[in-house]
Amino acid sequence: MNLLAQSNQMSAQKVLSLRSLSKKFGSVVANDDVSLDLHVGEILSLLGENGAGKTTLMNMLFGHYLPDEGEILITNKNNQMEPLRLGQPQAAILAGIGMVHQHFTLAENLTVFENITIGVESLWALKTNKKKAQKKIENIIERSGLVVALDEPVGRLSVGERQRVEILKALYRDARVLVLDEPTAVLTPKEADVLFDNVKAMTDNGLSVIFISHKLREVLEFSDRIVILRHGQKVGEMLTKDADEKSIAKMMVGESTPISKRVEIQVGKPLLSLENISMKGSSRRNRLVDISLKVHEHEILGIAGVSGNGQSTLAELISGLQKPDQGEVVLGTSKVKKLTPKVVVKAGIGRIPEDRHKDGIVGNMTVAENIILESLSEKSIQRFGFLNRASINSIARDLCSSYDVRGPGIHAHARLLSGGNIQKMILARVFSGNPKIILANQPTRGLDMGAASEVERRLLEARRNGSGILLISEDLDEILRLSDRVLVIHSGVLTEIENLDREQIGLMMAGETL
Amino acid sequence: MIRIENRNASSRLFKFSIPIISAVVSLILAAIPLAFAGANIGEAYLVMIKGVFGSVFALSEMLTRATPLIFTGLAAAVAFRARLWNIGAEGQLYLGAMAAVSIGTGVLDISGFLLLPIIITFGCLAGALGMVVPMALKTRFGADEVVTTLLLNFIILIFLQMMLEGPLKDPMGLGWPQSAPILDQGMLPTLLTRMRVHSGLIIGLVLAVILQIFINRSIWGFKLRAVGENISAARHAGIGVNKSLLGVAICSGALAGLAGVSEVIGLKGYLTADLSPGFGYTGIVVAMLAGLSPIGVIAAALFIASVFVGADSMSRAMGVSSYLADLIVAMSLICVLIGGFVSNYKLTFTKQKKVTFK
Repeated sequence: MNLLAQSNQMSAQKVLSLRSLSKKFGSVVANDDVSLDLHVGEILSLLGENGAGKTTLMNMLFGHYLPDEGEILITNKNNQMEPLRLGQPQAAILAGIGMVHQHFTLAENLTVFENITIGVESLWALKTNKKKAQKKIENIIERSGLVVALDEPVGRLSVGERQRVEILKALYRDARVLVLDEPTAVLTPKEADVLFDNVKAMTDNGLSVIFISHKLREVLEFSDRIVILRHGQKVGEMLTKDADEKSIAKMMVGESTPISKRVEIQVGKPLLSLENISMKGSSRRNRLVDISLKVHEHEILGIAGVSGNGQSTLAELISGLQKPDQGEVVLGTSKVKKLTPKVVVKAGIGRIPEDRHKDGIVGNMTVAENIILESLSEKSIQRFGFLNRASINSIARDLCSSYDVRGPGIHAHARLLSGGNIQKMILARVFSGNPKIILANQPTRGLDMGAASEVERRLLEARRNGSGILLISEDLDEILRLSDRVLVIHSGVLTEIENLDREQIGLMMAGETL
Repeated sequence: MIRIENRNASSRLFKFSIPIISAVVSLILAAIPLAFAGANIGEAYLVMIKGVFGSVFALSEMLTRATPLIFTGLAAAVAFRARLWNIGAEGQLYLGAMAAVSIGTGVLDISGFLLLPIIITFGCLAGALGMVVPMALKTRFGADEVVTTLLLNFIILIFLQMMLEGPLKDPMGLGWPQSAPILDQGMLPTLLTRMRVHSGLIIGLVLAVILQIFINRSIWGFKLRAVGENISAARHAGIGVNKSLLGVAICSGALAGLAGVSEVIGLKGYLTADLSPGFGYTGIVVAMLAGLSPIGVIAAALFIASVFVGADSMSRAMGVSSYLADLIVAMSLICVLIGGFVSNYKLTFTKQKKVTFK
């Protein structure tokens, strides 16, 4: 039976073959002897935690990195496998490999049409053959269903539309292999569904897709085959129809991570209230419209929404970095006249910032120094205005071991830690202060499953111990898993959700009023 | 194929040796213009070394030259550590010098034990004031301190010339635009008899050590470093960023002011508009060469002073232009900047492997 499946697999025509690719960065092995095949019209999911080597592998495919060992074969026009010149993006594009990065590479002030055709025409061409190009694009749109207005400037498009432009760009260059790097990270559930429909239509036309994702649900729904990477090695490969969520998760993390159970607790007194807060802001991204919310003891209040709908402004407001135009902030029972970061730290509001590199750490200071960054005025840290090194080092050492911060040691610069360990270091700083209120803004974004479940466990533990937590996240599953109550934010307006129904929240995130 | 890779952890020894290597390389490179000038290179270097280390007098001259550079170097190092770009040490130096002659030339005729601390204090305050103004403009209006401090230099210099033609002019000075002399008890004692090196040097050395300790060990220094390395994380962590920067600005301005005080009451004894041949600007090079470390400033100031004094005596003996000193100093700065790059990144040369079809 197994043999049969394999022979079936063999009969499908290969379009791309990565053979024994290895890549080292210094002493870190990013990819170790990874091989995989891609067949015509197939959707292959590349799954793995952060740092598993997915992006490195794709960057080698696209010519951004030069592999230390191994080779890449791709079919040429005559349907014969041919080695790809490595380390040259131009060669990859010519061979028909298209890549849609997580962060778009579009020129906002140019139109969709210009963005798609830019760079394809010869520099010496005296006039652009606009009609021919237009026809080609319209043809592609018709076949794939990726509808966008061609003469609109990209700056005016929504995120989902921009992604379509990126895909069109790749298809316009006659891509036969399309790599989508976490395409749904920026989309609403509805937009994601549309994307999946489009991709399915394209694969029916013979396109092959490599789909990189963290989200198991999507992978299971959407792909034909799954390849799992861990620590740079291929640890599993299976047809999607034979796969189940549990076994994949196990392969990704290596061991089963217990998913923390949320127990029902009676909420206590209100800790933090925002009353009719408004901020004008310059755009949808930083506007808040008459927002009110209350966070109680023993409560996690989830704020769901697609990023760029006012979440950052809300977080900055609570962190004391921005002043509201109208409305009041109440801590416990007392109104706060002026909320500054200093007041926030004094009031015991722990913050897990959205952009941990920008707001969370000082990269060129040591891990120990970063851990005590918010507690400079404490007795254990300072003596007569001087740092108490011995005490700081022992605090840092204790916290690093209990929060499992791994890296070159407490005296190494914080920038040398990996993303997950940086977040754990921030957790150590936040939770060691026993905060009454915690503002967790996208706390698991970009983290692998191990680190993410650690974040969730700590948040639930803090809730049990009586803290009130405001959880802002794009990950709807995370919100539903952790929160006692859920608010949806769209265009700066908060709406309370009565029954926690996935579909309904998804619709509200997309801005539909119910 | 050449590629640039991040060097994750460079050893301490390596980081430490970069400025030294840069200094040596810049001296070696100086042979090129020397050869163009037609000088015997070996002899020129010998004269240069003798001109600095050949006698007690030569050594004293070098130390005298290094003294203001230590102060201005510290002024730049402290500010740059907090990413506060104080380019105005030259102006602040003159503010300090003006404060010194305003007080030390007879307004207060009291014992030196009292007069000296008063002069020094006011000199520091004047220098600090020269930095508070750009700082206020920065926090209030967001004006870039690079522009404001730099332009203030010229305003202050013109103000100085006005004062030297007016209220500060020495009535006995035969019409020269210079101030009255500092009272005898207002002068800093010299360190060696009949030599010019004075106790301003000791003050500079002590301050460098104190600053080194404060920046690395104190809460004030911790905040300064945090603000310098990542201002938004510092703000997020509740550190009073503006307050921190103001403290740094005052400290930096005061140090630059002290350079002026030390030149007036340690060396010259009176004030003219050519007190400083650009000590304020050279201080920036000193600080960069020192890797913004206060202790390093001492070494860097000694090196640059040696180059200046050595090149002076070389130009006298060999007839080559003394502008060579500026050239060497400039080259050493470029070498340090390249060295800084090398310490953070490495270039690797890789051969592209031939792809074989199996």
